[in-house]
Amino acid sequence: MSPSLRFVHVWRRNLRVWRKILIPSILGNFGEPVLYLLAFGYGFGMLVGDLGDMPYMVFLASGIICSSAMFTASFEGMYSAYTRMEVQQTWSAMLGAPLTVADIVFGEVAWAATKGLMSAGAILVVAAVLGLVADARALLALPVLLVTGFTFGACAMVVTAFSKSYDFFLYYFTLAITPMLLLSGVFFPLEQFPAPVQTLAYLLPLAHSVELVRPLLTGGIPTQVLLHLAVIAVYGVAGLMIATIFIRRRLVR
Amino acid sequence: MTRDLRAFQTQSRPGTMTRFGQPLARQMPESQPIPVTPLVSARGLIKQYDGRLVVDHVNLDVMPGECFGLLGPNGAGKTTTLRMLLGLTPPDGGELTVLGEPIPARAREARTRIGVVPQFDNLDPDFTVRENLTTYASYFGLRGETLSRRVEELIEFANLRGRESVPIQALSGGMKRRLTLARALINAPELVVLDEPTTGLDPQARHHIWQRLRMLLSRGTTLIITTHYMEEAERLCDRLAIIDQGRVVACDTPRALIRAHIEPHVLELSGHAATVWLDAQGNVSDIARLHRVGDASLLYSHDPRPLLDRLDSDGLRYLHRPANLEDVFLKLTGHDLRD
Repeated sequence: MSPSLRFVHVWRRNLRVWRKILIPSILGNFGEPVLYLLAFGYGFGMLVGDLGDMPYMVFLASGIICSSAMFTASFEGMYSAYTRMEVQQTWSAMLGAPLTVADIVFGEVAWAATKGLMSAGAILVVAAVLGLVADARALLALPVLLVTGFTFGACAMVVTAFSKSYDFFLYYFTLAITPMLLLSGVFFPLEQFPAPVQTLAYLLPLAHSVELVRPLLTGGIPTQVLLHLAVIAVYGVAGLMIATIFIRRRLVR
Repeated sequence: MTRDLRAFQTQSRPGTMTRFGQPLARQMPESQPIPVTPLVSARGLIKQYDGRLVVDHVNLDVMPGECFGLLGPNGAGKTTTLRMLLGLTPPDGGELTVLGEPIPARAREARTRIGVVPQFDNLDPDFTVRENLTTYASYFGLRGETLSRRVEELIEFANLRGRESVPIQALSGGMKRRLTLARALINAPELVVLDEPTTGLDPQARHHIWQRLRMLLSRGTTLIITTHYMEEAERLCDRLAIIDQGRVVACDTPRALIRAHIEPHVLELSGHAATVWLDAQGNVSDIARLHRVGDASLLYSHDPRPLLDRLDSDGLRYLHRPANLEDVFLKLTGHDLRD
């Protein structure tokens, strides 16, 4: 698994395809999460009012931004990557060229991270326009969101490595992504939960992403930055390595 | 009789022999013979899946500039052997060198100098014809002037001028195959590996591919080709290895294989009348070797005149043809159906 910059070729291939469908891609990036933000924000916001000194919409915006990076990168690492691996045989064509499985997996995860960042960034723009973002330090959330996308892209590729069909991805969504979405402080503060649930949430990456992004968007300063980043990174690196090993086992045999 | 002999002569192809001499002659001028190092060298190559030997101690040498064929029934291990050459299937034993690189250790480096035409087209459906070439070129790190010049050349080569901006889905099977071949040449490879390049194509498309492959050979590119089309192998290959159940059962020029394994004349008879007639002839083993497949009979002979006289006087329908590679293939790999 020698590190190389050849993964860029894989990343650029996906970027070229994305550019061809630029407008629907961007609309997709804005569309769904913005609906979530507005519907939940106004709907719940009326009922909930403020959370401490924070309006609910402000609280929600940072959560939706993080979960959007998670969802987009996960989809890319599963449905899109699987399509390229099995249906379109894009990877087998790449393997005829001087690219290796490690290049391909890293390139795909980097691309998933990029898409995660683009979709989270789109909502950040909307949130800023709606006045839900405190100041320019929100820009510091972008690298956090890129890392978040990378981690979820890598974990999704592990699922792809073992997948025999698209149906398999539902297990991962039901058993991992959805619980994480509900338990990680996206829609309501983690403190609402009993201690064991909180512990569980902090063993998973999304909660750490939210802990970093929320202060940055609301004019605060995140605490325990290195710890949060470390948890996210461990999932990312482990996911990347496991995905590479098992996708190699699947394709090079 | 005269008619039959004429048919016999027209079917022999002097071109094969002359072209076979070419690559070696290029490497070894008559004045100073230098030993040619094989471009691909396999020794005792083994691959097993679930304890079953799919490639069983295969030895191969492919010389620079030649067209080398791997001929075998389905499941003989042709594709597995090709994948091993490319480093896409790790061998379970044996030694393998391709373009001077040890495989699989330096397969990536070797692949920068190899072109690959896979059995099933894996053109990128997200791109047009030209984008397929430019994107594939980018995997090799090609850019700028070199890239655009080579892409234009290959669009000409593939005869796809005017279709550059067409999506892959709009191409016919033959066009896709031509584009796949063109794509394999994007890195100006020294060696092109083709896995059943013309399977599923109509005769026109096959001839077009063959003509392109001969063009490559005339430029000195080395080709390794798998096929189960005998006339393709006979037409293109300078040498070929017949593979069965993972083993190389014979390896030589098509003519030498035919000479070594099959009598030069073949009589084909079929149908009920032929069976009755044959049974009435009694033992023919002093004149011909008889092989029956269902209601068809093949008679292989060095001198078929007595048989032809009898057939003609009895007014039976028959086909008299020269022995070909298919006869060798069926003799060496058996007549049973393979699934």
